[in-house]
Amino acid sequence: MPRLVLEALMSTETELFDLELKVLLEAVYLRYHYDFRHYAVSSLRRRMRHAMSRHGLERLSDLQHRVLHDPAFFAEAMQYFTVQVSEMFRDPGYFAALREHAVPVLKTYPSIKVWVAGCSTGEEVWSMAILLEEEGLLDRAVIYATDINPKALEAAESGVFALDRMALFSRNYQAAGGRHSLSDYFTTGYGGAVFDRRLKKQVVFADHSLATDAVFSEVHLVSCRNVLIYFNRELQDRAVGLFHDSLVRRGFLGLGAKESLQFGAHAADFEACSAQQRLYRRTAA
Amino acid sequence: MSTPFPQAVVIGASAGGVQALREVLRCFPARFPAPVLVVQHIPRDRPSGLAALFDGECPLPVAEAEDKEPLCPGVVLFAPPDYHLLVEDRSTVSLSRDEPVLYSRPAIDPLFESAADVFGAGLLGILLTGASSDGSAGVAAVRREGGTVWIQDPDEAVSPVMPASAIAFAGADAIVTLRDLCRRLGSFTP
Repeated sequence: MPRLVLEALMSTETELFDLELKVLLEAVYLRYHYDFRHYAVSSLRRRMRHAMSRHGLERLSDLQHRVLHDPAFFAEAMQYFTVQVSEMFRDPGYFAALREHAVPVLKTYPSIKVWVAGCSTGEEVWSMAILLEEEGLLDRAVIYATDINPKALEAAESGVFALDRMALFSRNYQAAGGRHSLSDYFTTGYGGAVFDRRLKKQVVFADHSLATDAVFSEVHLVSCRNVLIYFNRELQDRAVGLFHDSLVRRGFLGLGAKESLQFGAHAADFEACSAQQRLYRRTAA
Repeated sequence: MSTPFPQAVVIGASAGGVQALREVLRCFPARFPAPVLVVQHIPRDRPSGLAALFDGECPLPVAEAEDKEPLCPGVVLFAPPDYHLLVEDRSTVSLSRDEPVLYSRPAIDPLFESAADVFGAGLLGILLTGASSDGSAGVAAVRREGGTVWIQDPDEAVSPVMPASAIAFAGADAIVTLRDLCRRLGSFTP
């Protein structure tokens, strides 16, 4: 028997699954130009197994078959490749740290640009717009809200969130140092809370991939929260490199509560501004 | 004792787990040469004091996991509130905010399943007291990949549901009292 065949026979289930996963990610990249090849494999495995069980598929290659031959199915399956969970003013301490450390510096610029990278369904974007509005900065700001998922971007731009989430969002908003009542910013209708259009007049929603695209603007603040956890270290390094190249000198970078620069290639390019709240500044060099 | 020396240990606990963990973590020999990863169900919306609580009580250093933190032999990592703790590869952990499992994030299944994928037969899983059935799928995954699972005797557990459902769903290599467990862990001297 050829050696290759023997080795294949000895593979464990997990090894075969990983092989099929590699093939699937490569196929998705070649067919749709979405690059998940450097996503953290531990959570991808889990989400692909969910997708298989949801659709009654026995093998990952069955999923691959449908993804390749049916673009509509792939559009639906995007939810298994990317994670769409967020809250407004999630981790309120982070937004309080932005007010305390970043806002006074941002106020010294005649105009500012903020990049909310991996904005998903928009909770972080609308939170950022409210914060800038309350600090008198929104009128001279541009917020770039980017994501790879067109459906998520569409939801983000609509600014409509389920009413039953408003109690949690309001609690977060107050804990983040909100100056008013969150309900001042939305009206109810269409079965949801519709946020004030005025807040998004300075927001540009755009498709951008941290895995394949380049820097597109010089910005003063990058907020990218709970996105890097889905990347492997190599892709994390690429993304943080983009943030670094995009930021003005001494510009701010905010990450998720359990994300850290210390294990990556760019640890020396940033210094902690609030280590507890994962707010960093680009070093002067 | 015939249990091979594990390359990694994963522990899951829920209701009644803090007291059980207090007893179990004390039993690890100092300089235990494998990483230890723990999911204790905790509320999502406030900081967890678990790492600080156990750090002084356990012969091994204890910390709350950060994303992409290296897996170090003899270091105990706890899952943080509102994140699943996963094993990324033999030397790294990952966090995720995937869906809660049976209303829990962190949950035991994602840790056990991801560790089984990476460590296979080299993994030791320990499931303690709890009132949900989180952990059952994880125990099944560990055993399917050839790893070893010890489950706390439901008769002894403060809350028997979790160990009992895992035993019913996937079986165990040993059903142990905390005292047995302690003796077994103590025998893993480097």
